[in-house]
Amino acid sequence: MGEPEATPLLEARGVARRYPPRGGVGGLAWREQVVLDDVSLALRPGEILGLVGRSGAGKSTLARILLGLEPPNGGEVRFRGQPIGDLDGAGLQRFRRAVQVVFQDPHASLDPRHSLGAIVSEPLAVHGVGERRGRRERGAQLLREVGLPGTELFLGRNPRELSGGERQRVALARALACGPEVLILDEPVSALDVSVRGQVLNLLLELHRGTGLALLLIAHDVRLVARVCDRVAVMAGGTIVEEGAPHSVLASPTHPATAELVGAARWLST
Amino acid sequence: MPPIAEIAGLAIAYPHAGAWRRVVDGVSLTVDDGAAIGVVGESGCGKSLTALSLVGLVPEPGRVEAGRIVLAGEDVRAADEARLCSLRGGVAGFVFQEPAQALNPVRSVGFQVGEAARLHLGVGAERAHPLAVELLGEVGLEHPERIARAYPHELSGGQRQRVLLACALSADPRLLVADEPTSALDTVSQQHLVELLERLRSRRRLAVLFISHDLALVCRLSERVTVLYAGETVEVAGRDALVGEPRHPYTRALMQVQLGAQRPERGPLPTVPGEVPRAGEWGRGCRFAPRCPLAFDRCRVARPALVPLGGGAQVRCFLASAQAEPDGRA
Repeated sequence: MGEPEATPLLEARGVARRYPPRGGVGGLAWREQVVLDDVSLALRPGEILGLVGRSGAGKSTLARILLGLEPPNGGEVRFRGQPIGDLDGAGLQRFRRAVQVVFQDPHASLDPRHSLGAIVSEPLAVHGVGERRGRRERGAQLLREVGLPGTELFLGRNPRELSGGERQRVALARALACGPEVLILDEPVSALDVSVRGQVLNLLLELHRGTGLALLLIAHDVRLVARVCDRVAVMAGGTIVEEGAPHSVLASPTHPATAELVGAARWLST
Repeated sequence: MPPIAEIAGLAIAYPHAGAWRRVVDGVSLTVDDGAAIGVVGESGCGKSLTALSLVGLVPEPGRVEAGRIVLAGEDVRAADEARLCSLRGGVAGFVFQEPAQALNPVRSVGFQVGEAARLHLGVGAERAHPLAVELLGEVGLEHPERIARAYPHELSGGQRQRVLLACALSADPRLLVADEPTSALDTVSQQHLVELLERLRSRRRLAVLFISHDLALVCRLSERVTVLYAGETVEVAGRDALVGEPRHPYTRALMQVQLGAQRPERGPLPTVPGEVPRAGEWGRGCRFAPRCPLAFDRCRVARPALVPLGGGAQVRCFLASAQAEPDGRA
């Protein structure tokens, strides 16, 4: 751990992922599907890395593999230089605590049977942080940090009573509960109204400034990624096809897949 | 020629704590034959309910309390279930946001695409299949005969949305209602779908009612745009006038949150502070006043009327209507 700057925080090295044939009735998916093919991507401490690509490019699969939720068929994921496949129970628990996620659909990712207080403080209980009463107070504080009321009344409310933007803030508060080092955001605003997207992304930028958390922001819209990220990687057909500074990727894309994404973004904004 | 669809003074209410509470309250909308009309507003402004009311599909326990709804010359509020059935799909085809939920998982794509033709045009089973294949080709799907035999789960999101479009066109309707058809798609598929809608519109002389929270997208496809806020119309204008000179502060706010692709400088993104107030929390003044950067005292106590500005444009704002009329200072 001599040079923390030199070691990426979270890294995919030559990751491959294949799904077995499904034998579809229409004969559309009868072959083995290669979802990821030799993907290498490194997230450095404190940076905001954007991962863009079309639906089906493999972005979400890569996210699940980086989170350790799905094993790669080839290659490995390293956290602070250590392969996560080698981690023992306690090491894995530390890894899970350090690398958190916010998913796209805030309707599906919050348990409708739980109160907001229970949702936000659950990670604290899972990781044995503090005692019961302290966890409730920490939950209220987390909600305030993401711009929601931290009152008892609000803690007792149900996710169904919230708007999409509010739910995504709750998902963010839950991800931040245990003080993670890496936050993976898989299309965090694409299910939200255009008018609410800015609010959620600005909140992310604010939290990033305050904590120095490393962020991996996955999106299909290059306009968003260019506004928020330090670096952008473009994914197509299960591989990384281009990587660079957002302004240069947008101004002069070198790969056809990037050019297609940039072209669509331009077309949609005029 | 009379308009294909006309809504005037629409009010839709839902029961709440023992009383009826209006969630759509004063929306008017005219779709001329072959026209492309856009409806824009954030979630909860009443866009989808307004569209669903056209074919008598306001979800239970809601009810239409007031207003005139005419589709292809027929009074929708007075129509019985049989008439409504023939209007649905036969006159107005619908495409919704979530293609995965709108398609039946246990029926082949071809069966579902041909369904409306069998139902409304009396097409027999043997002719419905080739028709479905033809429609799948028309919506730009490659290998249409193979897609027709597939099931929805075997297709990508973009493919499913095209299938849904083929279903909506199956009975050769005169109006296509597209309710957030691109929101579940990536940007490249969004572009392709909007281009496809443009082509279909001119080829089939189809009227399109396009609904979205994304103003740029709505302006891309529509000749005229209606802006809804908190259950009421706040601005109506031609596309060019709306883009060139948006009158209502809410329209301007929706325009400001658009992310340009040309200037990707970093930093905080533009936002519209606050949220759409829920029905019942609208207050007696202008419903947008709590979020409006230009609101003054009168906005908080009096509700502005929808004022015609000439050229068919309308705006519901004290400031905007005063500015449009040099003598009529508010």
